[in-house]
Amino acid sequence: MAFNATLETTKDTAKITLSGELDASSAPIFKTEVEKAAANHPKHLVLMMQDLEYMASAGLRVLIFAKQKMGADVDIYVVRAQETILDTLQKTGFDQGVIVVDEYDEAQLEKV
Amino acid sequence: MVEIPFPDEFQVGNVFSMIVFDLDYENIEYGYRMDGPVNHDKGHHRFDSSKILMDPYAKVIGGRDIWRETPDWNNIYQHRSRLVFDDFDWENDRPLEIPSEDQVIYEMHVRSFTRHPSSSVKHPGTYAAIREKIPYLKELGVNCIELLPIYEFDEFENSRPNPQTGEMLLNYWGYSTVGFFAPKAGYAATGKFGMQVDELKTLIKELHRNGIAVILDVVFNHTAEGNEKGPTISFRGIDNQTYYMLTPEGYYFNFSGTGNTLNCNNPIVRNMVLDCLRYWASEYHIDGFRFDLASILGRDPWGAPMANPPLLESLAFDPILAKCNLIAEAWDAGGLYQVGSFPAFGRWAEWNGKYRDGIRKFLKGEPGRVGDMAQRLQGSPDLYAWAGRAPATSINFITCHDGFTLTDLVSFNDKHNEANGENNNDGGNDNDSWNCGAEGWTDDPGINALRKRQIKNAVAMLMVSQGVPMVLMGDEVGRSQQGNNNTYCHDNELNWLDWTLLQSNNDLFQFFKHCIAFRNAHPVLRNQNHFRNVDYVGSGYADITWHGTQAWNADWSDSSRTLAFMLCGKHAKSGTVVDNYIYVAINMHWDAHWFEIPGLPPGMQWHVFANTGATPADIWAPGTEPQLENQSGLLVGDRSVVILVGK
Repeated sequence: MAFNATLETTKDTAKITLSGELDASSAPIFKTEVEKAAANHPKHLVLMMQDLEYMASAGLRVLIFAKQKMGADVDIYVVRAQETILDTLQKTGFDQGVIVVDEYDEAQLEKV
Repeated sequence: MVEIPFPDEFQVGNVFSMIVFDLDYENIEYGYRMDGPVNHDKGHHRFDSSKILMDPYAKVIGGRDIWRETPDWNNIYQHRSRLVFDDFDWENDRPLEIPSEDQVIYEMHVRSFTRHPSSSVKHPGTYAAIREKIPYLKELGVNCIELLPIYEFDEFENSRPNPQTGEMLLNYWGYSTVGFFAPKAGYAATGKFGMQVDELKTLIKELHRNGIAVILDVVFNHTAEGNEKGPTISFRGIDNQTYYMLTPEGYYFNFSGTGNTLNCNNPIVRNMVLDCLRYWASEYHIDGFRFDLASILGRDPWGAPMANPPLLESLAFDPILAKCNLIAEAWDAGGLYQVGSFPAFGRWAEWNGKYRDGIRKFLKGEPGRVGDMAQRLQGSPDLYAWAGRAPATSINFITCHDGFTLTDLVSFNDKHNEANGENNNDGGNDNDSWNCGAEGWTDDPGINALRKRQIKNAVAMLMVSQGVPMVLMGDEVGRSQQGNNNTYCHDNELNWLDWTLLQSNNDLFQFFKHCIAFRNAHPVLRNQNHFRNVDYVGSGYADITWHGTQAWNADWSDSSRTLAFMLCGKHAKSGTVVDNYIYVAINMHWDAHWFEIPGLPPGMQWHVFANTGATPADIWAPGTEPQLENQSGLLVGDRSVVILVGK
């Protein structure tokens, strides 16, 4: 399935909804959205992953890029990641740099 | 597949360079094809333009991405160079810089540690799995793990079926490097994604966060290319005569016992070794290195040992490696044995083979060992003090991956290596082991009790010795290799740590744990400097005093198998900190003996930390030691060790 990344921004939150297969060829699309999100200086970056079917190392590298681009003060939420993607995050330790959650309450996040 | 020729104008001297734009750097695999003379008699070249050569500086190597997945042997490009990205988030991590004398090293094999089905980890046999077992290492109390080789190697090198069982025998330990800059992909749960670098770095960061340093066992003495009949992977096809020590006829010197010898004191190779270690120290935050067959690194290009080997000197004085442990296996397969005389440049520590041999002989009750034992307990000043080398020069070990496990050391007189398929001819015969009365497993409760006591005696002596103790993975729970003292080729239960032993031999684990905790609690056991055998702080006691069955009177005779010593706590760390007094009585005689105990300063009492001959309790957690009933002496059982603490 083709990769797609959609950015929505509110006051303090940037939300990127990912779908399809995130591999080396599609990672630049994700990276571009991260750069756009970073330009708004959000407090939170929310990555909606329920429809993301596959993430190659290139996708994980964009997560690292996001962490470094946004700065340590910005929390990155990984929401509803599928088991295989979560497993890769855990094996490589990338899960330590993000907040992995099943549910995401936008209103609650805005209060943080 | 694209092949790009090098135009002549891209060459300067003997260096070719090129920038290639618009590559898919996530997925690209690259190699080199080199052509040149193939007649090894003239110039000793072995170019082979039919092969694709791996970049010797490749930071990630594909081709063996999944452990034991059979490769396509017809592929001319077996080991594939890949690119790596230095974007890992180390947060605030840095090497721990634990003073050497404060280290307790745990020697382990990445796969063996968690591959056994009983390990209960998500991805057995991987870097990720070690992370899951960090709480175990912390409970044991070790603060440093030493990993058997993790540079990319080929587990299929010299693989063959076991003639008896048909089981595939592998290059399991990995002492044969394919690429010096790349982590073993097959040890990573994410190797198939090419993410072994991230997985390993995450492990190291997590170990550091838990106060555990990482030492790598590195193999620079030879490569996986073997001799004339070996595969052409990289070095041989790039510049054979630079990278390898060659005979005048162009054949390979074999000081490593494995086919070839890396030409480490050639300046090009020397730079590569230095680049490699700097890379691991800076990019992976590695805390130290143990050099396999390090004496080879001191040989000149013709094989002769040098007085001042430039490679060893370069490493000793390198500013990036300045805080790293540099540990030599101070011998090689060519007959050079340099324990006590390794060219150290004030920096190098040594695996102390004489410690191993001395303790083993004393443990089994050989006569004439007391004087040697006294040296080993003190950090081998006979080997190191004369050269101004500290006690921590001595890496004290009784067992390591080479040879028997501790359980096998007290269960077998002879090696039993039939499973290796070499008619029991491989592996050393100088094991200094004693089976305690029966060869192998027995139902005799007396023998089994003695074996456990001997294991406890061994670790008790190890943990009260000055120097740096090293424990072999699994000895703390009684791991056996069924009498096999050379399990280099087994990807099975001969090597895998059976975690059910933690329950069945929990008393051993508790004993190890408390002994390590005791060492960690008492700086007087971890001195930076050798003893002076005098009182230089005005305590009324010399820093170390020797005793026997009579206080103040050790029996140094050939027939003696008893020895005791007392450490004055006021001399701890050269008198810079105050510790308790410690008294250790060792009776390796087959009869029990009454030991008179030296008196303590007024107001202090002796307390029992450990007594391997006592039942049911033979050890106490540091700080909870009960007071000794009779302060003037105690009966030390046959083949037993007693440790008292005066406070």
